[in-house]
Amino acid sequence: MLNTNDILETINMIQKEHLDVRTVTMGISLFDCISDDPARLEEKIYDKITRSAKNLVSVCEDLERTYGIPIVNKRISVTPISYIGAGLSPDGFVRLAKVLERAACELGVNFIGGFSAHVQKGAIKGATNLIEAIPEALTETTHICSSVNVATTKAGINMDAVKRMGEIIKETAYLTRDKDSIGCAKLVVFANIPEDNPFMAGAVHGMGEPDTVINVGVSGPGVVAAAIKEAGDCDFSALAETVKRIAFKITRVGQLIAAEAARRLGTPYGIVDLSLAPTPAAGDSVAEILENMGLERCGTHGTTAALALLNDAVKKGGVMASNHVGGLSGAFIPVSEDKGMIEAAECGTLTLEKLEAMTAVCSVGLDMIAIPGDTPASTISGIIADEISIGVVNTKTTAVRVIPVWGKGVGESAEFGGLLGYAPIMPLKGESCQRFIDRGGRIPAPIHSLKN
Amino acid sequence: MKAVVTVTGKDKVGIIAMASAECAKHGVNIVDISQTVMKEYFAMIMLVELDGMTTPFSSFADEMKEAGKAQGVDIHVMHEDIFNAMHRI
Repeated sequence: MLNTNDILETINMIQKEHLDVRTVTMGISLFDCISDDPARLEEKIYDKITRSAKNLVSVCEDLERTYGIPIVNKRISVTPISYIGAGLSPDGFVRLAKVLERAACELGVNFIGGFSAHVQKGAIKGATNLIEAIPEALTETTHICSSVNVATTKAGINMDAVKRMGEIIKETAYLTRDKDSIGCAKLVVFANIPEDNPFMAGAVHGMGEPDTVINVGVSGPGVVAAAIKEAGDCDFSALAETVKRIAFKITRVGQLIAAEAARRLGTPYGIVDLSLAPTPAAGDSVAEILENMGLERCGTHGTTAALALLNDAVKKGGVMASNHVGGLSGAFIPVSEDKGMIEAAECGTLTLEKLEAMTAVCSVGLDMIAIPGDTPASTISGIIADEISIGVVNTKTTAVRVIPVWGKGVGESAEFGGLLGYAPIMPLKGESCQRFIDRGGRIPAPIHSLKN
Repeated sequence: MKAVVTVTGKDKVGIIAMASAECAKHGVNIVDISQTVMKEYFAMIMLVELDGMTTPFSSFADEMKEAGKAQGVDIHVMHEDIFNAMHRI
């Protein structure tokens, strides 16, 4: 029989330490929906999504009951819409966003990701028009997530797109000003976007993916934090080993759910995303893990090293536990979604500069950061350019999801609700980068020798 | 298919009787039990065989939970594979 302690450990992880499967995301290709008739295109997209994901929510709910583990989100990612609706006007893209919204509501999923464009080297007309449609699309819908890939290590950085995205973020903030500019929480700007990421707001179903696929994102910062606390003042080798062991167990759950969900839905299984995704709940915080390692407060000196160790150990443990790994795999540091990060930002220990450094060693990037509503678009573009450069030069994914909270400034906070949490508005530098951003063009791809 | 039933809570008369009666009601066969009481805290783990189960898994799990609640104990029914996945390589 199974060991009693093992059984109680699992139950304890789920009941007390917030272990859950963060998302089961079904990727759906929309290439076979392409049509030159917008009405036909909309109809085919709606039909394909609602047909393919008909049983997604019910199968996930059944898995929750069978295995006794919560599956927090059931989501869908689709082929970047800029390709599917390449001939559409901005208005046409807004209509398409509403079609996706209707499909999301019909299916009962939490989000549909893929209102997206890839413009790292230049934009096709569909991509330009989709980007123009983003502010209105995110205002008119609640379940649609948008992402724009503005750079890759091989292509360099499309600075025209970086500039435009600063303006788009401002427009989105303005249009959703009555809800603390929440539209911006559904919009993310990427470098090196992964094609199989199950997490929002950046989930898309990539070009090289099968017709449909199941990707799963695991979670469990609370479990890791508890294990580190229990390990006490051990040395770093033992600390890394502790994280690896626990990451292995967490990921095995994700693997089990991914394989079983794929089997029941008759869909290929894609990847498990080895991520530590926090929530605003107490005891579900990545910051708490770092603090349990011995930092008085997340954001102080030593934070980047602690996060690097954590991120690496999570991957090492997780890779062993799953037969296919992908997505964003690593620790997430979304400020508004992590109680410890919120507290560290409120007391000023965690600053934007420190967060930027942290993103060089962990998953994703500047995530869910509230900034003053009167921030100029060029400053937002500057923040994007800085963060994207880290990804491009270091051959990793980075992203920016900042929220210029309309009508609010430093000292106030933004309330997004639910898993998106709340965030103190962080101060930015007052000096302008307008002339730099106005140059336009592309920053060339970085060299891959002479690594210094 | 097997499942693990865990029953935890404050010790009192009739917990095992209630849990096993619920299992029998659903055609669920108990294949192993381990149980201890630590300082009035009752903890029991049962391995059960579900092949002859007369109701769907989810209603068995829900009814076990409800029956536990009536007696003031927490009952979880989980497919054994989640434990095998986590603790066995």
